[in-house]
Amino acid sequence: MATFNLNINGKSQSVDVDPNTPILWVLRDQLDLVGTKYGCGIAQCGSCTVIMDGNAVRSCSIPVSAAEGTKITTIEGLSENGDHPVQKAWMEHDVPQCGYCQAGQIMSAVALLESNPNPSDTDIDNAMNGNICRCGTYVRIKKAIKTAAKS
Amino acid sequence: MMPKFPFLKTKDPENKSKVFVPSRRDFLKLSSLATGGFILGVNFQCSGPKGELITFAPNVFITIDSDNLVTIIAHRSEMGTGIRTSLPMIVADELGADWSKVKIVQAEGDEEKYGDQNTDGSYSVRMFYEPMRKAGATARHMLITAAAAKWGIAASECHTEDAQVVSSGGKKIKFGDLVEQLKTMEMPDPETVTLKDFSSYKLIGKDVAIYDAHDMAKGEAKFGADIDLPGMQIAVIRRCPVVGGKVKSFNDEKALAVPGVNRVVKIEGAGIPPGLDKPLEGVAVIADNTWAAMKGRDVLEIEWDLGENQNYSSAKQLEEMLKSTSGNGQVRRERGNFNTAQQASGQIIERTYVAPFYAHATMEPPAAIAHVHGDGTCEIWAPTQHPQWARQAVAQALEMDYQNVKMNITLLGGGFGRKSKPDFVVEAALLSKAAKAPVRVQWTREDDLHHDFYHAQSAQRIRAVLDKNGNLSGWNHHTVFPAIGATANSAEIHPSDGELGLGCIDFPYEVPNIRIETHESKAHTRIGWLRSVSNIHHSFAINCMLDEIAEAKGVDPVDFVFNLLAEDKDLDFAGELKGDFGNYGEPLDKFPWNTRRLRGVIEKVAQEANWKKALTDGKSVGFAVHKSFLTYVACIVQVEKGSNGQIIIPEVHYAVDCGIGVNTDRIRSQFEGGAQFATSLVMTSAITFENGRVQQNNFDGYQVIRMPQSPKKIHVHIVDSMEKPTGVGEPPVPPFIPALCNAIYKLTGERIYQLPFKS
Ligand code: FES
Ligand code: FES
Repeated sequence: MATFNLNINGKSQSVDVDPNTPILWVLRDQLDLVGTKYGCGIAQCGSCTVIMDGNAVRSCSIPVSAAEGTKITTIEGLSENGDHPVQKAWMEHDVPQCGYCQAGQIMSAVALLESNPNPSDTDIDNAMNGNICRCGTYVRIKKAIKTAAKS
Repeated sequence: MMPKFPFLKTKDPENKSKVFVPSRRDFLKLSSLATGGFILGVNFQCSGPKGELITFAPNVFITIDSDNLVTIIAHRSEMGTGIRTSLPMIVADELGADWSKVKIVQAEGDEEKYGDQNTDGSYSVRMFYEPMRKAGATARHMLITAAAAKWGIAASECHTEDAQVVSSGGKKIKFGDLVEQLKTMEMPDPETVTLKDFSSYKLIGKDVAIYDAHDMAKGEAKFGADIDLPGMQIAVIRRCPVVGGKVKSFNDEKALAVPGVNRVVKIEGAGIPPGLDKPLEGVAVIADNTWAAMKGRDVLEIEWDLGENQNYSSAKQLEEMLKSTSGNGQVRRERGNFNTAQQASGQIIERTYVAPFYAHATMEPPAAIAHVHGDGTCEIWAPTQHPQWARQAVAQALEMDYQNVKMNITLLGGGFGRKSKPDFVVEAALLSKAAKAPVRVQWTREDDLHHDFYHAQSAQRIRAVLDKNGNLSGWNHHTVFPAIGATANSAEIHPSDGELGLGCIDFPYEVPNIRIETHESKAHTRIGWLRSVSNIHHSFAINCMLDEIAEAKGVDPVDFVFNLLAEDKDLDFAGELKGDFGNYGEPLDKFPWNTRRLRGVIEKVAQEANWKKALTDGKSVGFAVHKSFLTYVACIVQVEKGSNGQIIIPEVHYAVDCGIGVNTDRIRSQFEGGAQFATSLVMTSAITFENGRVQQNNFDGYQVIRMPQSPKKIHVHIVDSMEKPTGVGEPPVPPFIPALCNAIYKLTGERIYQLPFKS
């Protein structure tokens, strides 16, 4: 066990955990931030995507020991009222089906648009390739990203 | 007892529903739902295991509070179909509620209160469209009567809108202000209450956004694993890698040494048969947090007695299954005389089709929370499709009365049939009892892929006979796959009538000589039902074969299939079937098998997709049509080669006749998702076994499609219809599979006889 000081959604938090614990489980089990989901644990599905220093990363595959000194944003920290342009576009296109993958999809989309405000279809395909949606909402995800890019 | 195939609705000849105001006693029981407001329930009758009528009371509630809040209970599980929105919105529309302010509350699993809550088999809308409308209309009628009396005018001068009663003279009163009057009123006979004219609906037949969209976009929607209880511990289980195996011995020393691990508990499995509602044998590590439980499990030492399935190879079994289809099987349908047709043939086309085991791989792996109390009661939170089965299975495992099990339903991160089975809920209950604390069982993705209830692998052989004039005169379809029933009863070695009724035995075409046969195969793993069940492989084989026959005849496959239906009629397969025709649990007079409607979707899809032009333009397009779960669907898929030679799917057209389209946006979203789901079945996914063990561990081995491989444009053309509504969760999958295969053939010149197809 060791103590780690984390910056999550703009707030400093300290946790006392095994240094190998993936960020995902620190968020879910220690900090009660359960919007970030578990889907595979090996960086294959994207359900656990958070933004770390501006990049979309798979929180299931990064140990908490690597998180100190970084800034992490989770779905809960994206906006106060769900009015981030990407969230708004998601609602406009009524993207979710079961909803389980959607937090991860949204975080990947946000990171994409921050680095590339006008992505092409191929850019979107590449950026979203790491996020599986088993319900198959891909068509609407793409539409929503384009809508968000325009706003 | 649970019905053998919970994915099929129990036959329900009466299907009567009754709206009622709960008695004072009932009201007190339910008062937690409304704070002194007005409650309306719906009795829903359906048949019990022996066909006897059972009345469930009360089934669904509308409550209107004095502060004008309208609350509607959702009693079906939400797994992505939008049912939590679509049923309440029917009530709201009839009532004249302000939809933007309606509150939806998820019902707990309780048979006495809510009747059938088994969310499966694409039948929620089919079963509840009428009762929901009657409930809303009855409440509207009472509100109008109350307001009219207050104003001293005729009820006919009033209507409801935005949660108010409005008079033609412009008077308005809020629903909430009528609550006290409602409570003293007699309820009218719901059978005499007039429903709204379809054209005046504001929600039904329109695109309505899902109730949970905002929560989902904010990450606030609560799924199974998101429930937290004070003092809760997390369990992760090492289950026997071979179905039917047992723990010989285990050493928990190292696991207990992992910081945070509190105890190690053995779970007893059912052995063989494994059962549809029992846990597998295994050893659970219970810890303060998920990571510690996983670490503890990694260092568990277990010696297994692997049992009789330890040498099982799915490839070997598939080979044997395929071989068996060339012999004589058990005849399940017979029309005319296939042998005579064969002797008089001009040409015989014989093809075989094989498809693998598939896992559900719901995005949310199974998880459930149980809190077994010291006083002989227990509370559960679970993402279950079948709350009542889960409740009974837990009660049985804990040896308590099921009335003492409180079953709370969370959102489901995907279901597809996996979360009908309550094995994971039982695990949580047993472990909470052992730990004397609330326990959450968390399945990893590896657990999910290794220990699923799989869609069965299948082998089929179809012999098509063309007579001397080139007409299709004989159809001999052999099908073999381990039956779902074998999971609970090893003696079941042939596909059941129920499974054959899913797109095989109900071959609707006008062919004079038909013989359908099944062969024996054993289940060496747990077999379950996956989105559209055996329609998956049946539609694949039948529609790929029809495409090939059309080609042999040198005719357009769309014209060929259309003409093969001959004159319009209702099919009953009378005198031809050797067993029951399930018709998805519905009587044929209520939901006829109508070939006109099948032709309707064929015409529509060909027209909307501009089929003839696509052909003359040389596009690689494939077609298929398939009715399942009482919904008629035709599909045209277009494929192209991508820059790296990979297959891409630029466009898909669906025509669907599901009767009245209740929430058109959710119909489209189910078809969009169904196309994606079916693409995985064709292109990427397969589960295989060697030495009794599943060989795929995670999404690297069991692949599902990602955005770049997914169909780019999916057009869903909904047939305008006033027929009774039928479901759309499963019907998109079956026709898409062969339509894609037929399109790929156009592109590559190679027919697909084995799934998955690897480009
Ligand atoms: S859970 Fe992290 S990528 Fe799947
Ligand atoms: S919405 Fe269900 S997995 Fe994406």
